Amino acid sequence: MTEVALQVSNLTTTFGHQGTAVTAVDDISFDVMPGEVLGLVGESGSGKSVTLRSIMRLMPQHSSVTGRVLWQGRDLLAMPEPELRKVRGGEISMIFQEPTTALNPVLPVAVQIEENLRAHTTLSKADRGKRSLELMDLVGISDAKRRLTQYPHQFSGGMRQRVMIAIALASTPKLLLADEPTTALDLTIQDQILKLILDLRDELKMSVVLVTHDLGVVAATCDRMAVMYAGRIVESGPVADVFGQPNHAYTRGLLGSVPRSGTERSPLLSIEGTPPGLMNRPTGCAFNPRCEFATDRCRSENPVLQAMAHGHEAACFHSDRVKAAGWAGS
Amino acid sequence: MSRLNLPRPLVLGGILIGASVLLAVFPQLFAPYDPVAMDYNALLKAPSWAHPMGTDNFGRDVLSRVIHAYTIDMQIAFFGTVFSFVFGIIIGAVVGYAGGAADTVFGRIVDAVITFPFLVLVIAIVSVLGPGLVNMYIALAVVGWVFYARIIAAEVKVQKRLDYADAGRAMGYTPLRIIFRHLLPNAITPAIVYVVTDMALAILLGSSLGYLGLGAQPPAAEWGVQIADGKNFMTTGWWISVFPGVAIVLTGLGFSLIGDGLAEVLRTRK
Repeated sequence: MTEVALQVSNLTTTFGHQGTAVTAVDDISFDVMPGEVLGLVGESGSGKSVTLRSIMRLMPQHSSVTGRVLWQGRDLLAMPEPELRKVRGGEISMIFQEPTTALNPVLPVAVQIEENLRAHTTLSKADRGKRSLELMDLVGISDAKRRLTQYPHQFSGGMRQRVMIAIALASTPKLLLADEPTTALDLTIQDQILKLILDLRDELKMSVVLVTHDLGVVAATCDRMAVMYAGRIVESGPVADVFGQPNHAYTRGLLGSVPRSGTERSPLLSIEGTPPGLMNRPTGCAFNPRCEFATDRCRSENPVLQAMAHGHEAACFHSDRVKAAGWAGS
Repeated sequence: MSRLNLPRPLVLGGILIGASVLLAVFPQLFAPYDPVAMDYNALLKAPSWAHPMGTDNFGRDVLSRVIHAYTIDMQIAFFGTVFSFVFGIIIGAVVGYAGGAADTVFGRIVDAVITFPFLVLVIAIVSVLGPGLVNMYIALAVVGWVFYARIIAAEVKVQKRLDYADAGRAMGYTPLRIIFRHLLPNAITPAIVYVVTDMALAILLGSSLGYLGLGAQPPAAEWGVQIADGKNFMTTGWWISVFPGVAIVLTGLGFSLIGDGLAEVLRTRK
């Protein structure tokens, strides 16, 4: 087994002051292997994005992040700012959901790419220019020389996301954190961008943490997945295993809510109700009010992640019943 | 580039201020007389072909003095705002980005400054430092930066929550770089509009202080000083005060029009 690239343990993120604090990410742990694509899946508000931002320490004031984020043996959460700045953008990069707002509107693309190179490499001005051209080629933007002089508003949405990726990858990071990189794009472009990320993963031998609410994206791109609900990871494992045999009632509901082609038409499973707000988490398992398998135990006790099969974990008291119930896709 | 469709206020203001700058830089080309030369054979003469704006009680040509005053008054418009602008945006950008305690302290300073009427505070500072243009600029900067800082801080607070600011942090850029390279250019527009309007206010203030004897000193040609010179002759020589007053109005109007026009252009471009 190879060395873990990123090890997140007991990460907890709270907002607000003591007494009125709310917990957005609740004691989660996961590993990312070198070259691996990990999908972080969940509904809006489940804490996926906050998890990514907590790893990068991009949290606003009045929030606190505890736990450990080990990156090549160093704890990012305890690292002094100057050292952290070297890691950010140099070793770990991040891309955002909205390529429209994630680029600075008043600077030409070339300036924004070279800025990263200036911060993280010792390349000369001429070399930075050359590297910018290479990067534009790498992310599939043709006519790179002319395009580099243009401003973000002169690019389409998909092209902007490519630019964002070019900036993020400028200094060949070892880990890419992608926060719903394709949500704002239309389907054909979505596919191209995901393919690009996978190609670059192979080419640059980096790991990817992909946050998404789209199970289709997970199935198509990820090696492993972790399902988040109400700030916790409720199930994680290799994508094929989790899709084949969900062990948590929530994962089952989530998978069942996606229409599938090629099978006999069957009613979609839906998860009744809405996810709990940060202020009013139910006691016990956070999913119990919406869960058809819930028992008294679920309402009083919070299940912890249990190993199910090799590398497959779930936090559900009734995973046997969930498995027995099956789901439309299995 | 296609034909520019500029708003009318901008064009009109541009013409007024363009002419003002021309007069300020080359007054000797336009002024028929030496602005401080006295002619005891032509005291308090009403406007005529020889003296289109008449002469004052020392026989100085009012037109020449009004033209030469452009040099000082346009300087006041520039130096009376540039220091406020520069310090204001630097402090405002840093405070807006830092937030928290810095923002609270800054808020109290702003409250303290705007509690006093602007003119009263400036007069108080000039009185302490002594009359003169340089001290007036100092006083204007000491008071004026607050307004720019407030505008920029508010704008930076909005900008720093946008994704590109987070993206900058995620790329590992230093806070100073994010503030001045990324946030400020996106936040500066309202301050630029304000600085032009503020130039009109600076001219009004500069001539007010000149009138009160705290700004430009006689015999320098400055509109406020000229109006003060003429105040004892209002009944016999109205032209001594009225024409400098007209110059103030036209220049102030010019800056205000540019300010409005700029606001319009920048708004539609966003």
